[in-house]
Amino acid sequence: MENKKTTYNRRSFLKSSALAGGGLMLTFNWFSTAKAAEKMQELNLPEQWAELTGYIKITPDNVITILCPNPEFGQNVMTSLPMIIAEELDADWKNVVVEMGPHDNVKLGPQFTGGSNSVRMYWKPLREAGAAARYMLRQAAAQTWKVPLEEVTTKNGIIVHPGTMKAAKYGEFAQIAATLPVPKDLKLKDPKEFSIVRSSKKNVEGQKIVTGQPVFGLDYRVDGMLIAMIQHPPAFGMKLKSFDAAQTLKMPGIKEVFSLQLYKEGFEQGGFDTRTFNDLLVVVGKTTWEVMNARKKLKVQWEPVSDTKDTMSGRGGKREVIVPAGLESTDSQLQKMQEYAQKPAQLLRRDGDPEAAFKGAAQVIERTYTAPFLAHNCMEPMNFFAHVTPEKAVVAGPLQAPGWAEPTLSKLLDLPADKIEIQMTRMGGGFGRRAYAQYMYEAALISKKVNAPVKLIYTREDDMTYGIYRPMYTATYRAALDANKNLIAFHVKGGGIPEHPVHANRFPAGAVDNYLAEAWQIPSNITIGAFRAPRSNFNAAAEQSFLDEVAEAMGKDPIEMRLELLDRAAKNPVGKDNDYDAARYAEVLKLVREKSGWATTQDGKYSRGVAAYFCHNSYAAHVVDMVTRDGKPYVERVFSAVDCGVVVNPDAATNMVQGAVVDGIGNAFFGGLTHKDGVAQQSNFDKYRLIRHNEAPKQIDVHFVQNDIDPTGLGEPPFPPVFAAVANALYKNTGKRHYKQPFSNELPGKGDKQL
Amino acid sequence: MAKYNLKINGKTRPVDVDPSTPLLWVLRDYLDMPGTKYGCGVGQCGACTVHLNGVAVRSCQLPASAVTGQEITTIEGLSAKGDHPVQQAWLEHDVAQCGYCQAGQIMSAASLLKMNPNPSDEDIEASMSGNICRCGTYLRIKEAIRTAAKK
Repeated sequence: MENKKTTYNRRSFLKSSALAGGGLMLTFNWFSTAKAAEKMQELNLPEQWAELTGYIKITPDNVITILCPNPEFGQNVMTSLPMIIAEELDADWKNVVVEMGPHDNVKLGPQFTGGSNSVRMYWKPLREAGAAARYMLRQAAAQTWKVPLEEVTTKNGIIVHPGTMKAAKYGEFAQIAATLPVPKDLKLKDPKEFSIVRSSKKNVEGQKIVTGQPVFGLDYRVDGMLIAMIQHPPAFGMKLKSFDAAQTLKMPGIKEVFSLQLYKEGFEQGGFDTRTFNDLLVVVGKTTWEVMNARKKLKVQWEPVSDTKDTMSGRGGKREVIVPAGLESTDSQLQKMQEYAQKPAQLLRRDGDPEAAFKGAAQVIERTYTAPFLAHNCMEPMNFFAHVTPEKAVVAGPLQAPGWAEPTLSKLLDLPADKIEIQMTRMGGGFGRRAYAQYMYEAALISKKVNAPVKLIYTREDDMTYGIYRPMYTATYRAALDANKNLIAFHVKGGGIPEHPVHANRFPAGAVDNYLAEAWQIPSNITIGAFRAPRSNFNAAAEQSFLDEVAEAMGKDPIEMRLELLDRAAKNPVGKDNDYDAARYAEVLKLVREKSGWATTQDGKYSRGVAAYFCHNSYAAHVVDMVTRDGKPYVERVFSAVDCGVVVNPDAATNMVQGAVVDGIGNAFFGGLTHKDGVAQQSNFDKYRLIRHNEAPKQIDVHFVQNDIDPTGLGEPPFPPVFAAVANALYKNTGKRHYKQPFSNELPGKGDKQL
Repeated sequence: MAKYNLKINGKTRPVDVDPSTPLLWVLRDYLDMPGTKYGCGVGQCGACTVHLNGVAVRSCQLPASAVTGQEITTIEGLSAKGDHPVQQAWLEHDVAQCGYCQAGQIMSAASLLKMNPNPSDEDIEASMSGNICRCGTYLRIKEAIRTAAKK
């Protein structure tokens, strides 16, 4: 009975945390809830562990084990999150061991990696956890030594009482400290006192990575494990009609071939339960190569789907979404987008009287930008291990949002959440793709069907042609200038398949008297999902290219022009809901101007482009320096300025920004997934071009604004403005504005392979 | 199925596999050596790079039948204690983000330095451009190779 109640509470927490978004997650207090305490008792920890909080274990041998609550996909949370605890705990970093936590929303919080959320979500709770543990250790020492608590201090993992010259390692008092009540409302350190946070620490998994240790989901194996692959339809808009597996079953190592449904009719999907294909044709065998080959022997009949109805749960309750039938092609999609762009659209924001301002303008600039679907292309393809029995389910693999996936898995397997164990492996990239757990559900259903431990593996081709792409986008921007070349009106009308990109309350909203933002979207059966800085990754590209052109028409330097608009937005903002801080925005532009030597001529050696953007509560600006090499434009160096508040681990943060710059350059030049009659035209890296070593800049200088603001996002914010900085530098390099991504399609040597 | 004796990291490893099985899957599925990664299966990404007689090759493209008797080195055997100069340089520059491609990058870099102990930036670019890093750590890879070259 009690167990049931716990499960109920836990599930309702899970649900509300996923629905209410970041706010509720932040306010959750691990220390004072009955749920957390119950859970701790249930865990029945080994006797030598003195567990102080959900995150910290200190053993008598003075090893401090810190659990990392959030899945790791390369953003380095396994290092940065424990650094935050260790800072307030005043631990000696040398004695700190970091372990990936199990999935446990009660004990470890929301455990979501995405939305550039990890550090900002855990900043306060982890500091509180560290501070509480330190307080309890001091208290334990004070009681034992019979001295006043105020006189007991700590330094680098040692408890000290200067008056009596007594000193002890943390481990010595861990057992006693664990019996003390958890304090509340502790004073946290002043950022000026930080000694671990803000000092660079090496990746705690570095040694494992460079020696090839099995840390990834694809490396996970148990005795008797089978390999499963799914043959999905060759095109979006198709489904399984019938199959003949006779030849496949004759192949060596093959155990079973069957089809099964992922979601039953009317299944209520959560917001991240996106799936492209519902009827799964599954081949199960002993080894990967055998299954891969046997799968090729399947004789399958596919048929077009009709319009299908998906049932979605959501904030406003259950709703039904119609997914249209049809075999879509990129050409027809572009045509449809042009048609929709002419139609009336949904109004998102309106300030002043934009129609009148455009009518009375001395000059109107209008430009249209487009960008293709993008595949995430995580280097580790989608995969998951599952062992499902009637009593319980153990699943392990790469997943960004275990807390969102667990309720769905529970429903699909008809097992209560406390009978499901999700192990979070290191992810070989995520970029948003692994927030959608359909491959985990598939693995679990397959394991249940074959009654054995199974690892589901997507080949690269399966992965790239499955969907859940960055949407296809377009936006038309208009700017009105008066006779004195002042910007008097700004209009954005954006759309996408199947989702629009417009962030209506972002810059230059708030800086222009007459402003209009509108949007439209076209339903599609090509599935989409979050992709590093969703929507922003297109918005920034289009808007910041457009502003470059507007600045030119105004006869102004592009940085100066932005600063003037930001000054207006700071001093006398238009409208109420501007979601950026104009002063912080201006600061990154000033910093990048200074660090890049923007005002100097650079001996005419470089074609320079600048762009900036705000998203995930952070600010980023880049200056891109382009040269011509072998007749082609090439980004040789980049200067970046970022304001993400306190930078927890500076060198790793620099790495992240450098990576975002390379990722942005690569996608701007080469990224794109096109379709013909529903068939993805790129299925591996021979056709889907990713940026390579020789195409990456030789120098990327990263500068962080120094302030004491609580950390904001970092994984995503530096990415979106790169596209526009590249476009603006391209204009200087080629004399031509580029409006269609990927830009390499319009450049000499289109489609060149540089291998 | 056919029996082969593969020489991997200085040891003879007997395997019984279909002759077409790529070395990559022999390592991962039959010998429990998952350090060598699957990324594309078509020799385009470099995640599966190993050394064949000291030279970097794509293990997804080499059938077991073609490598028998030759010296194969994988990331697990690059050094006894994980302290090959390239591995050390990777740690010094904290190269990895997600880390998935890095075993392949390290194997390519180690092979480059063996043949060309003092590579120019152009040499590094030429020999490392077959290894994709989706996280974009190329700059640090280059710096780490320069550091390793000095050792």
